[in-house]
Amino acid sequence: MASYKNINTLLKKDLLLEVRQQYTLYGILLYVASTIFIVYLSMGQPESVVWNGLFWVVQLFVCVNAMAKSFLQESRGRMLYYYTISGATDYIISKLLFNAILMAVMTIVSILIFLLLLGNPIYYFGQFILISLLGGFGLSLVFTFLAAIAAKAQQQAALMAIMGFPLIIPQLLLLGKAARQAFEPVVQAGFSQMILLLVCLDSLIIVLAIILFPFLWRD
Amino acid sequence: MKKSWWKVLCFVLLLYTCTMGFLVKIPVLDGRLQQSIRNLYFHVPMWFCMQTLFIISVIYSILHLRKQDLKSDMYAVEFARTGLVFGVLGITTGAIWANYQWGAPWSGDAKQNGAAIALLIYFAYFILRGSFQDADKKANISAVYNIFAFAMLFPTLWILPRMTESLHPGGQGSEGNPALNGSDLAPSMRMVFWPAVFGWILLGVWITTLRIRLQKIKEQHALY
Repeated sequence: MASYKNINTLLKKDLLLEVRQQYTLYGILLYVASTIFIVYLSMGQPESVVWNGLFWVVQLFVCVNAMAKSFLQESRGRMLYYYTISGATDYIISKLLFNAILMAVMTIVSILIFLLLLGNPIYYFGQFILISLLGGFGLSLVFTFLAAIAAKAQQQAALMAIMGFPLIIPQLLLLGKAARQAFEPVVQAGFSQMILLLVCLDSLIIVLAIILFPFLWRD
Repeated sequence: MKKSWWKVLCFVLLLYTCTMGFLVKIPVLDGRLQQSIRNLYFHVPMWFCMQTLFIISVIYSILHLRKQDLKSDMYAVEFARTGLVFGVLGITTGAIWANYQWGAPWSGDAKQNGAAIALLIYFAYFILRGSFQDADKKANISAVYNIFAFAMLFPTLWILPRMTESLHPGGQGSEGNPALNGSDLAPSMRMVFWPAVFGWILLGVWITTLRIRLQKIKEQHALY
C-alpha cells in the first residue's frame, strides 16, 4: 500500500514546515545547547566513560523533546485529511523518515557542542559518529511511535517519558557499550554482534510501527 | 468439577511445592548456597509465571485489535495485572535471597535491571490506560502499546543478559540461559522445581480468571 510518491510529498511538507516555522527548529537547537551547557557547568571536562554516559543521556532527552511535537501540530481535521488522501502507512513512514533526519541533525550538533565544551576523548572519530547516527536513528524511531501513542492521550509529555524511558534503556545500554569502543585503541569482542543487534532492533521497530499505526488512527 | 480439574492440580502441585520444597534433600556443594537454594522453588517460578501471563496478555491484545471487542481487552488487562503482581513477588523474593547470598538486596546485576525495566514498562501500561476517558480509545491504544512494548522488551531480556557478566547463572562466560542453569540442578531438586513452575503458573491463571469474573459482574451491575 505504501506509495513512494505519497511518502515523498508528506516528507517534503514536513521539511518545508520546519524551514518555514523556524522557531521550532531553533527551539530544539537551543534546547540541545543549553542542556549540554548545564552538563558542562556541573561536570567540567570528564573522563571518557563519563563523557560517553552523559552523551547518551543528553541524546535521550533531546530525542524525547524533538519527537514530542511531531504529532501535536496536526489538528484533528488535518489528520483526517491526510488519512483520506494518503493512508496511515504512508503517513507513519514519512513521519519516521522526517524524524530520523531531524535526529541525525541533532546528533551532529550535539557531538559538535560536546567536543567544544566537554573536550575530545574520542580515539576513533569516524566510528563514534557512525554509532551515534545509528543510535539517533533508533531513538527517533521509538520516540516517534510513542509520540503517536501519546498524542492520543492527555498529558502527552509526561506519558512519553513514562512509556519511553524503560523501553529505551536496553537499547541505550547497548549503544553506550558499543560507543565505548571508539574511546580506546583496544579492540573489544562482540562489537559486530552489538551493531547487528541494534540494526535488528531498529528494523523490528519499523515493522511494528507500520503494522500498529493504522490501529492508532482508527477513531 | 470436570472443568476445574486444573484448579485441583494447581492446589496439589503447590501443596507438594510448599512441603517437599522444604523437605527434599539438597546437595550441599561448597557451603555458599546451603539451604537458601530452596528459594529456587519460589523465586524462579515467579518469573516463569510472569512471562506466561504477559504472553497471554499480548495475545489478547492482538485479538482485541483484530476483532475490536472490549472483552479481549479486559482479559489482556487482567492478565497483565496478575503478571505484574508476580513480577513484584519475583523481585522481592530475589532481593531477600540476594541479601543473604550476595550481601545486598540490589547489586545492579544485569537481570535485576532487566526485571525492573519490565515492571516499569507494565506500570506505564496502566498509567497510559488511566489517561483515557473513552473506553474504545483506551482499549485500542493500550493494546497497541502492549504489543509494541512486549515486542521491544522480551527479545532484549532474552538476549542482552547473555552478553554481560552476571551474578545469576547464564551470564557471559557461564552456563545456562538467562533464567537458570537447568542442567546444573540435582535430580531430586528437578523433581520439585518443575512441578513448582507449573503450580505457580496455574495459580496465576486462576487468580486472573477470578478477577475477570469479578470485572464481568461489575460491568453487569454498572448497566442497571
